[in-house]
Amino acid sequence: MSQIPPVFKREFFGYFRSPVAYVVLIGFQLATIGCAFFLGNFFKANLASLDSYFIFLPWLFILLVPAVGMRLWAEEKRTGTIELLFTLPVTTLEAVLGKFLAAWAFLALAIVLSFPMIITVGFLGSPDWGVLATGYLGSILAAGAYMGVCSLTSALTKNQVISFILSALVCFVIVLLGWSVFNGALGAVLPQPLVDLLANFSFTTHFEAFTKGIVDPKDVVYFLSVTAFALFLNVVALER
Amino acid sequence: MIEVKGLVKVYGTKRAVDGVSFTVKRGEILGFLGPNGAGKSTTMKLITGFVSPNAGTAIVDGHDVTREPVAVKRKVGYLPENAPAYPEMTVEEFLTFIAETRGFRGDARAAVVNRAAELTHLTPVRRQTFETLSKGYKQRVGLAQALLHDPPVLILDEPTDGLDPNQKNEVRALIKNMATEKAVVLSTHILEEVEAICTRVIIISAGKIVVDETPAQLQARMPGARLDEIFRTLTQSDV
Repeated sequence: MSQIPPVFKREFFGYFRSPVAYVVLIGFQLATIGCAFFLGNFFKANLASLDSYFIFLPWLFILLVPAVGMRLWAEEKRTGTIELLFTLPVTTLEAVLGKFLAAWAFLALAIVLSFPMIITVGFLGSPDWGVLATGYLGSILAAGAYMGVCSLTSALTKNQVISFILSALVCFVIVLLGWSVFNGALGAVLPQPLVDLLANFSFTTHFEAFTKGIVDPKDVVYFLSVTAFALFLNVVALER
Repeated sequence: MIEVKGLVKVYGTKRAVDGVSFTVKRGEILGFLGPNGAGKSTTMKLITGFVSPNAGTAIVDGHDVTREPVAVKRKVGYLPENAPAYPEMTVEEFLTFIAETRGFRGDARAAVVNRAAELTHLTPVRRQTFETLSKGYKQRVGLAQALLHDPPVLILDEPTDGLDPNQKNEVRALIKNMATEKAVVLSTHILEEVEAICTRVIIISAGKIVVDETPAQLQARMPGARLDEIFRTLTQSDV
């Protein structure tokens, strides 16, 4: 595992060596904070909470996370650096983890950069800091799960666009499974226990508790298992 | 140092490498020749552990690449075809990344990067990003990362590709100097390179070895003929 730090550093700082990082970070803030204000009526709601910010994240992640993750492996295949990486004394697992952790750290940075919102609610009212903290924790965990999926799709193709679309679609389906409106529609066709089972696989179902201040071990395990499973498949895909 | 035993690699219905076996001892410079698509690069990818063989194996300095790939990769300096590197990194950053991945830290890391950059005359472009470099410099960055950790085995895929005649000369001299303590395999299309520095020649055609001898013996097949004529008669079936 000693080779993870060099791979991690290369990937993480690599984001900042081109305009990519700045465009994505700013785009991320505009999308998430924009939704909170315009769709979530942040000020009108008059509540000292960030619910109107968190509520859109599972949906925004569907597009924002693939935008960051689409180049993870597809770029290496395209430029040929994958041949360099896999002839260095690095195991496939170390390479996958190093790159994934760097992408996850970058997403965590993007999420935490909304801290002016925290300052705003803190200044204008007295928010429940615990709820805010768990909300951010849940967001970062969820982002990791989405990124796991994106890293996997990126390893399946040389083309970044295909990687983006594939991962966006997969994430969309997973989010959809837990959306109350979709569940209602599904309930008319499938038996309720089956609908509930499918909902249990969704990002949305497990994200809710975090926004209410609850850190349910079930939810933490869910996000971490999805991430771990995606990374496992990622290693398999690369070793083929 | 390198023992290749019956390597086979199949892509779909094509047998890219079809039972290749040879050995390379310390101090030898092996020249890999062959038409395009003959299996030279694939053989190198098999030895360096980038690709897994369908059958056979390569033993590098005592380590079997199918069983101990990381140990083999530690001992090998590999220059892939087209000398890839990360485009947005500077030469300095890139070589530092390679040095760190190869286990160098602190002062040793800086020392090793400096030495590699000096040997390959990269000092004027150290702070330039890789994507802005000319082809010749990109090639030398690839060479620098291959010899950075002073490995006992060098596998170089077309090391003088894209270099001007003077640079070609320098790189050949560099390889010749380093080779006394190492086992070197280099692939090339340039027959005079084979004459200039190789101690042995292997010609691969359609995935199989057709020739494995010294340059002198190769020349002796048709005395007075040019090497490319001899090459043509041996690989005609590939055309």
